[in-house]
Amino acid sequence: MDLVTTFFNWPIFIRSLPLLLDGLWRTIALGFLSIVLGLAGGLLLALGRMYGPRILQFVIIAYVDVFRALPVLVWLVIVYYALPFVGISLSPFASAAFALTTVSSAYTAEIYRAGIDAIPRGQFEAAQAIGLSTFDLMRDVVLPQAIRIVIPPLTNNSINVMKDTALASVVAMPDLLKQATQAQALAANPTPLIGAAVLYLVLLLPLVRMVAIFEKRLGRSGRR
Amino acid sequence: MTKNTSAEPIITMRAVTKRFGEFEALKRIDLDVAAGEVVVLLGPSGSGKSTLIRCINLLETYDEGDVVVDGIRVEEGRNLRQVREEVGMVFQAFNLFPNLTVLDNVALGPVRVRKLSWQAARQKAHTLLARVGIGEQAEKYPIQLSGGQQQRVGIARALAMEPRILLFDEPTSALDPEMVGEVLDVIRTLAGTGTTMLLVTHEMGFARKVADRIVFMEAGEIKEIASPDRFFSNPQSERAKAFLDAVLNH
Repeated sequence: MDLVTTFFNWPIFIRSLPLLLDGLWRTIALGFLSIVLGLAGGLLLALGRMYGPRILQFVIIAYVDVFRALPVLVWLVIVYYALPFVGISLSPFASAAFALTTVSSAYTAEIYRAGIDAIPRGQFEAAQAIGLSTFDLMRDVVLPQAIRIVIPPLTNNSINVMKDTALASVVAMPDLLKQATQAQALAANPTPLIGAAVLYLVLLLPLVRMVAIFEKRLGRSGRR
Repeated sequence: MTKNTSAEPIITMRAVTKRFGEFEALKRIDLDVAAGEVVVLLGPSGSGKSTLIRCINLLETYDEGDVVVDGIRVEEGRNLRQVREEVGMVFQAFNLFPNLTVLDNVALGPVRVRKLSWQAARQKAHTLLARVGIGEQAEKYPIQLSGGQQQRVGIARALAMEPRILLFDEPTSALDPEMVGEVLDVIRTLAGTGTTMLLVTHEMGFARKVADRIVFMEAGEIKEIASPDRFFSNPQSERAKAFLDAVLNH
């Protein structure tokens, strides 16, 4: 067998495509849900850490540290295989979404915090001096400025979350990778795996390019 | 320039002490400011002038003593926003909001704090911007303006809240020399409108013209309080004499 019929076998690819696309949609759904929940959760964690009562700040610092240190795969396996022992049984999709969201929140919390920290103190003082509440100060002054700073790193993090969805195949979720290995076994040919890799690239390369464009644009406006 | 000022103080500071670690930035400061009065704070860098006025709207917390504004003790808590609504501030570095247009920089406070509609607040902002001479810049962003223009926006933003008290923290120190005049002109028109003003500045000529009283500070203490004429022609304290000597005769 030559290289092309082994790795780039077109008939096998066409036959496995429905299975791959089925997995791709599930990967996108899982990734999208985890990204959105992680963005929201991280903002709450960041605000809680910066402005919450001391005890909450401490809890959030511990949370962020633990989930940045713990391998995602280990956490996912615990959620899926260990939690049933205490009566919490989640579906593969729910387990994966929960594990990815909790970890992503820890990372986005740090990104938001760095973004808010980057806003000069004078901005806070000017907003306080005209009598704005903390909520208005955040909504009208600080977050609109911070969001420009955090968009590139948040997009980077979103790419990582999307890539980490492949870990869900370990807990038997039929995502893109899982379907590809199924199709590979079925066809006794690795072409579906190559097909899956190509689909991941089609999904994520535009996002990677976007980060580069964001960073360039931010750099330019920063020099204005 | 003297004006009729009511005898009732609108700002009262009693034994106000502020520390940064071991360093005492303010040492048992006592000061009364009458409603409508224009007080200029002079003194060498690091003497506590800025720290003093920042205690009035609690951008700086103080460690001991009392600051009372219009009958309300200035402290963390529910009354603080009430104080800040009455006290406007103009900053050395302007601190305009770069994400908002010039117009919305001025309109934001009235919308969020005074609960005006955006339409009403922007209309008012237009009037104020015209008053400080930059009506045609309303739709631009702060970064597109010169320093002098930005500081005039800063003044308009403070005025939009219709404060009874205005604090100026070295409003012309970050400006190119040729832009100082336009900002001082605006401040001068405000002195004499009945707004109480506390002004930290190094512009001696301006201080003499605009002040009702000069407060001279050094090393966290008030060394001398006098009318501008007396302070500049016949200062009583040795430190004030040395200071004026250094800044005026060089």
